Amino acid sequence: MRRILGVVAWLVGIAFFFPVAWMVFTSLHSEQAAATNPPDVTAPLTLDGYREFFGASTGASPWPYLINSATASLVSTLLVVILAMLAGYALAIRPVRRWTDALFFFLSTKMLPAVAGLLPIYLISQRIGLLDNVWLMVVLYTAMNLPIAVWMMHSFLREVPVAILEAAALDGARLPTVLRRVILPVAAPGVAATALICFIFSWNEMLFARVLTGVVAGTAPVFLTSFVTSQGLFLSKVCAAATVISVPVLAAGFAAQNKLVQGLSLGAVK
Amino acid sequence: MSTVTVSAPQTLRRNRSAPRVRAWARRGPLLPALLFTIVVTQLPFVATLVISFLDWNALYPDRRGFAGLGNYSAVLTDPALRASIGTTALLTVSVVLVSLVLGLGIALLLNRAFLGRGIVRTMLIAPFLVVPVAAALLWKHALYNPEYGLFNGILSAVGGSHAPQPDWISTMPTAAVVAALVWQWTPFMMLILLAGLQSRPPDVIEAATVDGAGPFAVFRYITLPHLRQYLELGGLLGCIYIVQNFDAVFTITSGGLGTANLPYTIYETFYQAHDYGRASAAGVVVVVASIVVATFALRVVSSLFRQEAR
Repeated sequence: MRRILGVVAWLVGIAFFFPVAWMVFTSLHSEQAAATNPPDVTAPLTLDGYREFFGASTGASPWPYLINSATASLVSTLLVVILAMLAGYALAIRPVRRWTDALFFFLSTKMLPAVAGLLPIYLISQRIGLLDNVWLMVVLYTAMNLPIAVWMMHSFLREVPVAILEAAALDGARLPTVLRRVILPVAAPGVAATALICFIFSWNEMLFARVLTGVVAGTAPVFLTSFVTSQGLFLSKVCAAATVISVPVLAAGFAAQNKLVQGLSLGAVK
Repeated sequence: MSTVTVSAPQTLRRNRSAPRVRAWARRGPLLPALLFTIVVTQLPFVATLVISFLDWNALYPDRRGFAGLGNYSAVLTDPALRASIGTTALLTVSVVLVSLVLGLGIALLLNRAFLGRGIVRTMLIAPFLVVPVAAALLWKHALYNPEYGLFNGILSAVGGSHAPQPDWISTMPTAAVVAALVWQWTPFMMLILLAGLQSRPPDVIEAATVDGAGPFAVFRYITLPHLRQYLELGGLLGCIYIVQNFDAVFTITSGGLGTANLPYTIYETFYQAHDYGRASAAGVVVVVASIVVATFALRVVSSLFRQEAR
């Protein structure tokens, strides 16, 4: 019985992983081999799909999109972590009055569908000339992730022992010093979990990027949408594109599996 | 004597203002995040509310005016929008329920020791870590495509040249979207439920086993009540994200074949039809519906949070 359940677990794992493996496998085939039915699993492997994705024949490079995505995700994650640490301090370590209300306010903003605010954001960005600007995405992604991050940082900062805070206060340390020298080392795993989740959500975001950016500030998911209605032989190219653009998230998520759990449960699970 | 009379009012004033200064010093670190959130995420909703009462179509800029409740009656009587409300509910409920049930089953499987458990867990997480647009493209082109997709490829590999070759997306569009989303969200549910399983107090289970409780009784009377909050947390977070899902609908069916959910319809109204007033009214309807769900969600999260705070 035990052994059977182990085998079942393996089969389920393989079933869920299979589409990902198939994506990578297809990306390593020539377009002709990728489009055969039934699939030709013995076809020779090639990197042509990746060469095509990087613009070998069209000259259209995906690098600007990847760089935009990296900028928007990394800068917004950094901003979110700084703002959320400060807020977490005021909610968990030296709490303001009615701090639970503040905490739930942050969470409630996350429950309103972002799409309902998209039009005014579009109109305002248009008026102040921020359309198709990567810094607009930085601001929006910061706002998008801040509520989750505040919630998480609060639950991680509550774990910081009071004794070391008192010791720091006796030494006359000011808030920035306390945050950097005392709290950050203790809360570092929590900060990492927060940063991981914020990075993944910003990297993945497509709706706002599609409406608010174009050729200059387009992000990697926007680049991917150009494949939605494609026709003809393009399967290995699209699989290569999907693989390359997913690699940062896959790498970060695999490297920090436990952080992922902490983050997804808003810090409720340690 | 004179020193006393001079310093007395000063001390008094300091006493009166000191708590206020201290309260603001406490609020200080919170304010940047709070203001940022309010300005960037809340003010747009106010603007949406205002625009929803306007007759404003970007294609006819001269005809802008006050529309009263016109946009709302248009939204609520428009069959396409009404249908998208139903589609949103159907998508959300089916994806959340199916991935919760699958996630629970897999979490139970993974909560026991077996050879290569770490590898299996890593493989299971992978779908959640594929960028959503990439995942949707993968399902649309590499799996569902009737000519060269993997599903029909397997059918013809097994059944030969006379094997059925269904066009998955046009024959079952909603199920196609649901399946792709379930594939991405089951790992999410599994991770939360697995964490819940691992936080079960081992001594209680041990005591129950000693008292002669079988594995089913342990599951029914100990595991399930303990998991209830984790099931609720997973379900509600899943609802929040899947109600707002845009990527899968946009990519797999482009909102066609009756799969347009509310986010997609709002996007269309504003992006293709340029009807700002009506898009905003639809947005307000979505917000109101979300508030109903959110009130319930917040209560669940706060109960989880209280228990943890004990």
